[in-house]
Amino acid sequence: MEKNRRSFLKFAGVSVLGLGSLSLLDGLASEDAIASSGQASADATYKKTANALTAKRWGMVIDTRKLNGRICRKIEKVCHQTHNVPHHEEKKHEIKWIWETHYKHVFPEKQDEFLVDRLKELPIPVLCNHCENPPCVQVCPTQATFQRADGIVLMDFHRCIGCRFCMAACPYGSRSFNFRDPRADNAIKNENKEFPTRMKGVVEKCNFCAERLAVGKQPACVEVSKGALVFGDLSDPNSGVRKLLKENYAIRRKQNLGTNPSVYYLV
Amino acid sequence: MNDKQKIIIGLIIFFAVFTFPFWYNHGAASSAPEPLLTDKAKEAKHCVRDADFMRKEHMQLLDGWRDRTVRDAQRVYEIDGKEYMASLSSTCMECHSNKADFCDKCHEYTSVDPYCWDCHTYPKEKK
Repeated sequence: MEKNRRSFLKFAGVSVLGLGSLSLLDGLASEDAIASSGQASADATYKKTANALTAKRWGMVIDTRKLNGRICRKIEKVCHQTHNVPHHEEKKHEIKWIWETHYKHVFPEKQDEFLVDRLKELPIPVLCNHCENPPCVQVCPTQATFQRADGIVLMDFHRCIGCRFCMAACPYGSRSFNFRDPRADNAIKNENKEFPTRMKGVVEKCNFCAERLAVGKQPACVEVSKGALVFGDLSDPNSGVRKLLKENYAIRRKQNLGTNPSVYYLV
Repeated sequence: MNDKQKIIIGLIIFFAVFTFPFWYNHGAASSAPEPLLTDKAKEAKHCVRDADFMRKEHMQLLDGWRDRTVRDAQRVYEIDGKEYMASLSSTCMECHSNKADFCDKCHEYTSVDPYCWDCHTYPKEKK
């Protein structure tokens, strides 16, 4: 058969069109399939638990005037017990959600030559500040760390790939990395079956007891703090935290960085 | 075709080696395992969704539970007027408390390795 350039180009053009439309049809068919599978589960809905505590912006006020070493240790113990935080002997592997430290470490930029005696040696609990403008959320490449509508900065451990950008970004050192398997070496004593553990290679931190708020309970640390820790809605002018802030002078950690922490300290 | 013999022998050897996995494993395939129901699961008769859906799409369901619970704080899954806590460790494992006979059996057979249990707890099983 005689083939000239003209007939060849015609034939090639029609072929390309034909093949192209085939894949288009394929695409349409699979889209139908996706739509119908979505419909099959459309009758199922999700909602919040009926007794869940809700707020526009959760926050905490820590009254250092009511604190002492015993309360601080109790707070740390109950938090780490509730959330299956492993205890590693090696300092480098330490995991902390809430822990006690001193004024000079909590407020390094507020060092005074003549600091009031009471604050010099007072143990002060520090935890994730659940910033309104959280740097950890901005740097997370997988959105494993994210900010909930109620202001809680939460970890989705399923998504964490352990890159530790968030640890570099957090100005408060609130995050810990699981260098060791938390389930190994009996690092978790009396495991709380209500809460999962983590696995090796993920970052963890305080979650403002999101799992307790969901069932209508206050955070575990607040419950054992004998009034030193108060938890509530910062956006509600009638909440307990706002009342405390109205009547007392409060400071926050590294405020000049612009992260806008949700944890206030009364000194 | 002077090397006809050599070529044919070569072809026979090639096909023998190529099909080795098929005839080596012939007849060795075990039948698909049947997940074992606990007495409590049998009594309930009905899972969150019907058995067919659960068999095919429990992974998508669990993914949905996981994402809505963690990311949207919506922990209740409502379907057909019934409410369930969207929780693997409590809701699923309450009836299907036999992880080895219910989950692991099929997962091993199909050679999938979900990492749920690296973090989530499951009930201790009686041996």
